[in-house]
Amino acid sequence: MGDSQYSFSLTTFSPSGKLVQIEHALTAVGSGQTSLGIKAANGVVIATEKKLPSILVDEASVQKIQCLTPNIGVVYSGMGPDFRVLVRKSRKQAVQYHQLYKEAIPVTQLVRETAAVMQEFTQSGGVRPFGVSLLVAGFDDSGPQLFQVDPSGSYFSWKASAMGKNVSNAKTFLEKRYTDEIELEDAVHTAILTLKEGFEGQISGKNIEIGIIGEDKIFRVLTPAEIEDYLAEVE
Amino acid sequence: MSIFEYNGGAIIAMVGKNCFAIASDRRFGVQLQTIATDFKKIYRVSDRLFLGLSGLATDAQTLFQRLMFKHKLYQLREERDMKPETFASLVSAILYEKRFGPYFIQPVIAGLGDKDKPFICTMDSIGAKELAKDFVVAGTASESLYGACEAMFKPDMEPEELFETISQALLSSVDRDCLSGWGGHVFVVTPTEVKERILKGRMD
Repeated sequence: MGDSQYSFSLTTFSPSGKLVQIEHALTAVGSGQTSLGIKAANGVVIATEKKLPSILVDEASVQKIQCLTPNIGVVYSGMGPDFRVLVRKSRKQAVQYHQLYKEAIPVTQLVRETAAVMQEFTQSGGVRPFGVSLLVAGFDDSGPQLFQVDPSGSYFSWKASAMGKNVSNAKTFLEKRYTDEIELEDAVHTAILTLKEGFEGQISGKNIEIGIIGEDKIFRVLTPAEIEDYLAEVE
Repeated sequence: MSIFEYNGGAIIAMVGKNCFAIASDRRFGVQLQTIATDFKKIYRVSDRLFLGLSGLATDAQTLFQRLMFKHKLYQLREERDMKPETFASLVSAILYEKRFGPYFIQPVIAGLGDKDKPFICTMDSIGAKELAKDFVVAGTASESLYGACEAMFKPDMEPEELFETISQALLSSVDRDCLSGWGGHVFVVTPTEVKERILKGRMD
């Protein structure tokens, strides 16, 4: 295959028209832990597995779901350290927007700027693409929104989406259960059931993370106790 | 001689009932000499957002061009018009960028915001915002303008009465200022239309 000869330099196209490093980045994402998001009529929910390498790890110190602004949250699949760098850059862009306009940044604008950062790293010398795909959940004047951003810098708006290891099963499950009128509470239950589908081991409030944003436009991560309550409702 | 008094000018904005009015004089002068008597000091940023710039005319023109540039990019990126409060924050940020070599202007911003609520504000040459619920003034005639507005203003005036009030306040104030005058230019903006009128006052 002629492609492998072109995989050394990120900024060189292969004869088939691909940037091979981006393909590899997507593979890194695809072997990361499953994460998903569902846009409801009155809010958005994002969730992810939180499988830790050992039982000795303090799970309260690991936060995979982060908030970028009070009304926008984000989750990822792929490399954790790359995620932290992107969160830092996105938060800075959101605050800079606020400094200029004294207004909260719209979700689409923040997604666009984050995607632009990710694209920069596919067209510069001496850098590699980010090994993460992001799911950005926000609620602004245009209503609830869910966006996926890929290592290439392309972004898509989704009604419901999944990323990571179990992506095809999760997406099939979501396709069956999603309706346009779904409410936030139902969406949380559906998210839990979707995660449960591909979960190895016993699911609990300590090995998944869920973030929600409702009509109050405040993004928050659920506590393990709240997740246990939802899990009990789902049983 | 202050640089703010080189060209001269007067601007008022007033809030009415679901409408606002913004008015300026029409003189363009270089110190004691009058060069033009039809000079525009109020710029239309959008159908619902107007910007009046008093002070040094060259800075007013350049600043307006910079602001239109940013506003157009905002419209293209965000696919919506800027709210007046947002525009005011933008003007304030741009003026403060030049904190140690400022634009010699004093802006007056007037617009209709969410739910057609009128919004007016002014700021100094380095971006200190002053929000007001009734009226704001700027320019070389500002002291007279403050007095006239304070005396003539009533809250919740209809567009026609608002026009009369702002015109009287403007004309009586610029008559006391040698650097402003040569008529008036008044915009009365309601959610449905923009009425532009020229006033004839003392032509000196």
